[in-house]
Amino acid sequence: MDTVELSKQNDVSAIAADDAGRHAAFEARVAADEFIEPKDWMPEAYRKTLIRQISQHAHSEIVGMLPEGNWLTRAPSLRRKAILLAKIQDECGHGLYLYAAAETLGVSRDEMTEALHAGRAKYSTIFNYPTLTWADIGAIGWLVDGAAILNQVPLQRTSYGPYARAMVRICKEESFHQRQGYESMMQLANGTPAQQRMAQDALDRWWWPSLMMFGPPDDNSPNSAQSMRWRIKRDTNDKLRQKFIDVTVPQAQALGLTIPDPDLKWNPARESYDYGAIDWAEFYAVVRGEGPVAKDRIKARIDAWESQSWVREAAMAHEAKRQNKAA
Amino acid sequence: MKEGLPLWEVFVRAKGGLSHRHVGSVHAADPKMAVDAARDVYTRRMEGVSLWVVPSAAITASDPGDAACLFEPAQDKVYRHPTFYVVPDNVKHI
Repeated sequence: MDTVELSKQNDVSAIAADDAGRHAAFEARVAADEFIEPKDWMPEAYRKTLIRQISQHAHSEIVGMLPEGNWLTRAPSLRRKAILLAKIQDECGHGLYLYAAAETLGVSRDEMTEALHAGRAKYSTIFNYPTLTWADIGAIGWLVDGAAILNQVPLQRTSYGPYARAMVRICKEESFHQRQGYESMMQLANGTPAQQRMAQDALDRWWWPSLMMFGPPDDNSPNSAQSMRWRIKRDTNDKLRQKFIDVTVPQAQALGLTIPDPDLKWNPARESYDYGAIDWAEFYAVVRGEGPVAKDRIKARIDAWESQSWVREAAMAHEAKRQNKAA
Repeated sequence: MKEGLPLWEVFVRAKGGLSHRHVGSVHAADPKMAVDAARDVYTRRMEGVSLWVVPSAAITASDPGDAACLFEPAQDKVYRHPTFYVVPDNVKHI
């Protein structure tokens, strides 16, 4: 009995020492900007953080198809319809690249789907706002995809190889999304007074939620420091948000539209725009699932998953039958 | 004729951060032997930091005869490319 206990103790301390060594080596590799690949040793917390971030990123791409799909049958021309369909196809593809990257960390596709449907996994708060007019589709491309690009470009150098490679593919495809949105907004902004009002109204409603896409302010972002140290994140939320504002304000001016922020002002000393307070209470309410259409979004996903389960089952049954015949 | 050693496709990761790329194939009796053979054949000059071997028989390839119907539909969808959209020169970062 004693000897068993003793050897167990030795095992534990041996494992701890071994772990400490591997941990130090891991930290050194990450600090040297090396990539971590699926078969490399990694701390459990790093794996968990990545699974959370990558799966939530994937969920955002998938749920992000819903507000746009809302306008697919009502796009104002065949051209716009083909473009919107192509964009939605891309979002689906981006979700799949990301799910595949997360699966290299040992989590299954079904586990991730289940976590989304059960409300345990989050997705970007932006998709819990409704798309009320056609102008919203332009605003989403311009603002939401514009914000996503600023978030995603640095992630091409994130420390986990499969995630970084997925981001390279996604960023390559994302530019079309933003440009089609801006082009669409340009057309409305140069259109009839009613179209101009529609464009301004879309900007009014999407501006603040777009700023919230960068996440809580740095002093209230609990996971940021660790993620920056592990090179999972490469820039802080506030830094990216400021960059977004600085590049987007002149784009709005070129459209002749007004950013709905009375405190927005160029600050020559900082060479950046100062901006008004963000309503973080609203952000946290939306994170908690109180967004205007949060329930509809998850219901749509669950309905799609359940009503189409027979397709997956039939495919598997067909293959089982074929294998049986071959045997 | 007696059946020879099975064929394996070899993939090499040139360095961390890059995906494995197909480089060729080897014959081997089992996965371990295939990795060893791949190491000797394809990485004698530091060509890689990681190897994958996959039984060639496990690969399903698209039929070259289907290439037109599989890939040509992408040709007339120029709107999938950012350059399709005209944005004035004075609008930056887009």
